[in-house]
Amino acid sequence: MKQPPYLYIAVWAVAGFLTVPTLFLVPMSLSGGSTFQFPPPSWSLQWYRNLVESSEWRDAVLVSLQVAAFATPLAVVIGTCAAFGLMRLGRRLRIAGAAALSAPLVIPNILIALAIYGTFLRLGLSGTLLGLVLGQTALAIPFVLIAVLARLQGYDRSYTTAALSLGASPATAFRTVTFPLILPGIVAGAVFAFVASFDELVIALLLQGPGNVTLPVQMFNAVVEAADPTISAASTVLVVVVSAVVLAVQIGWTRRSEQRSGDGA
Amino acid sequence: MSTPAGNLEIRDLVKRYGTDAAAVAGIGLTVDSGEFLTLLGPSGSGKTTTLNMIAGFVHPTAGSIHLNGVDLTELQPHKRGFGMVFQNYALFPHMSVFDNVAYPLRQRKTGKPDVRRLVLDILERFGLSGMEHRRPAQLSGGQQQRVALARALVFSPSVLLLDEPLGALDRKLRQSLQAELKKLHQEVGLTFVFVTHDQDEAMFLSDRIAVFNEGRIDRVGRPAQLYDDPGTLFVANFLGEANTFAGRRVDAETYAWNGEKWRTADDRHPPEGVLVVRPERVRVFGTDEVPPGWNSVAPSSPTCPAWARRPGST
Repeated sequence: MKQPPYLYIAVWAVAGFLTVPTLFLVPMSLSGGSTFQFPPPSWSLQWYRNLVESSEWRDAVLVSLQVAAFATPLAVVIGTCAAFGLMRLGRRLRIAGAAALSAPLVIPNILIALAIYGTFLRLGLSGTLLGLVLGQTALAIPFVLIAVLARLQGYDRSYTTAALSLGASPATAFRTVTFPLILPGIVAGAVFAFVASFDELVIALLLQGPGNVTLPVQMFNAVVEAADPTISAASTVLVVVVSAVVLAVQIGWTRRSEQRSGDGA
Repeated sequence: MSTPAGNLEIRDLVKRYGTDAAAVAGIGLTVDSGEFLTLLGPSGSGKTTTLNMIAGFVHPTAGSIHLNGVDLTELQPHKRGFGMVFQNYALFPHMSVFDNVAYPLRQRKTGKPDVRRLVLDILERFGLSGMEHRRPAQLSGGQQQRVALARALVFSPSVLLLDEPLGALDRKLRQSLQAELKKLHQEVGLTFVFVTHDQDEAMFLSDRIAVFNEGRIDRVGRPAQLYDDPGTLFVANFLGEANTFAGRRVDAETYAWNGEKWRTADDRHPPEGVLVVRPERVRVFGTDEVPPGWNSVAPSSPTCPAWARRPGST
């Protein structure tokens, strides 16, 4: 179908607005200069070397990956269970419950961070990896909840009923029918949760302690202390990691659905 | 499909949700082996709730359900072994036609070669050969219906439960599938319990019909029997068109209504009753043929006109 030209203009304008900063970022990370300069005076991988060789940066990347690796599955499990629980409630209770559980999306992060900081300080969780994981899990749960809830609302309960009528136990019915059908929601939620956790700054900033400085915190510190161009290399890594996760899921998904429709041909 | 047809018995079944009026207010019903029994009634009359209690998805507040004399009331749905066809078919969209039909066999740990043989056999029987790799979404409504039937029958259940399986189809397709369903029932000889709100469908398909009204069974009987001798005004009005005249019988062959007198050939029913005249049984006479002072309802068959008791009277 032929689209009117203003649609193309609008789409490209928005796409440009969203991606142009990245287009500056990548060349700057490859700069041979020692300050932020655009265009770079010469090309070099020095900031990447710095990122890998400096233990501060390297540890920060590892801590971030570690936290995301724990926070994402936790958020997925809790968010998915919450979505199932909410579906069993009446309409009003469900809306109220979903709103309450999504509160972290609405409440300014700094408030949540302060509350978590105060509590964790008392519990001795401040400055620990566990504290970081718990804090970021709390922030990531709404992403999972919303994605899974949306999928579940489109899920026809009669699939489960049919599986039971055909001799599947409730657990088998869930594993073979319900779970595969809501999996796209769970995967989408997991991607958002991972991204939310991987580049979260405020909570990580307040809960930082020796040995658990995340990448965003390290970047923040680097900018505050000195305009260290390593940050552009770190940002590039951040962009690449997050895009890779999102793209991998997307491509995997398209392949799968292509295979499916291929089955029928 | 070698399992003998099951015999179902429902005793004093009640379902109450909270403090509301009972959805099913105490019903008893026997479904004989190999019978096609239809639960017919308007929406909210308790027919679907009753079917769901038979299937085990709804736990009855009171009463019991027996299959071949064995009490099933406390048995979980997946252990009951009934075949079931749903209104929207509930074919698993993420599985191929083959996997859908193989699903109940795999739950029963049937060996791989047997699964393959049974599934391909039944697909062929339902005219679905060559479609085993398709997804349900790639099938027409009629084909989906047949896959749903194949899936519900492939594991040789003794009873097939059908919850308005033709409800979602257009009229033409519906009629051809009704004929297929009837033929299928004759071929497999299983016990069918069929739920519908469509009286024509019920009349066409059923050996017997149980007419539901406000959580109770108004009457059970063969379609022709219920039509000609509805027994209650509700049944008379629900099954087919009915002209009703709430008068009274004066003597063996005279019925008075609204100051008019009717001659009838039917003296089976008590004086307090509603006269029900089916429109196709009305014949128009020339005025000179009817004696003065009489309206005539002439019997076009021995059972005409049909009578109905007033609710509450006997």
